Amino acid sequence: MTLYPIIFYILAIVILVATALAITRRQPVHAVLYLIVAFLGTAALFFLLGAPFLAAFMVILYTGAIMVLFLFVIMLFQPSSGGLGLISEWGPATLLGVVFLAVAVAMVFKDPGSGIVLQGAVVDPRDFGHFLFDRYWLAIEIVSILLLVALVAIIQLAKRRAGSDAVEQRGTISNRVKEGHP
Amino acid sequence: MIVPFGHVFLLAGVIFTMGLVCLVAHRNLIMTLVGVEVMMNAAAIAFVAAALRWQLMEGQAFMLFILAVAAAEVSVGLALVVSAYRQTGSIDPDHYDILKW
Repeated sequence: MTLYPIIFYILAIVILVATALAITRRQPVHAVLYLIVAFLGTAALFFLLGAPFLAAFMVILYTGAIMVLFLFVIMLFQPSSGGLGLISEWGPATLLGVVFLAVAVAMVFKDPGSGIVLQGAVVDPRDFGHFLFDRYWLAIEIVSILLLVALVAIIQLAKRRAGSDAVEQRGTISNRVKEGHP
Repeated sequence: MIVPFGHVFLLAGVIFTMGLVCLVAHRNLIMTLVGVEVMMNAAAIAFVAAALRWQLMEGQAFMLFILAVAAAEVSVGLALVVSAYRQTGSIDPDHYDILKW
């Protein structure tokens, strides 16, 4: 049974490479497309880790809905010409990441439980649903209220934007405030 | 028998660090939200791996909640970015200086 570790490491390499390419792109469209690859790899990883229901959700929600939302919103903006790759911007961030990663690696391998080999198990979606609505029904309701609140907030933002004049130029807001029309 | 638990956690940690670097380094609000998405992805991997390690379904249930929170966060965040763009004409946070006098 050496097939599962091989699949895991291949998936890990795919996810890491796709994420690394995504976070270094200058154009957000390319970043989002690489991120879709990373999320599909994550969905396959969930399938390997015994969560087929969550793998399906990952494909439907993350890559199907959230990333398409990203792509639609990116189309609203003009492509920014901001230069990237300056050492003064990436240097401190990379240093911070390396320090954080070193601490995380030390903590993971200090834990004696980190050497435990995972045993394969699959959660049946039917059992998962029963479990979820038996024990965590209140959390489900709270999450649904959270989504409703997010919906109301977005509608409010869009309405306020449509109600005010179309302000396109930078600095126009401050002029309007000075004129006494906030 | 898949892999040691520490390797999956290490994968999640590396992905989380990548998201952190993306969040800090970019000067584009869209890329900032992409960094937050990457970090949530890492948290989801850690939760599912922990669910398999202790053979409990709680980890998978919380991954579902992470998914819902990520959806809400991204939709509100993108609406705020669009609103800021309409008001200032830029998605670079360095250009948000209407409070400067």
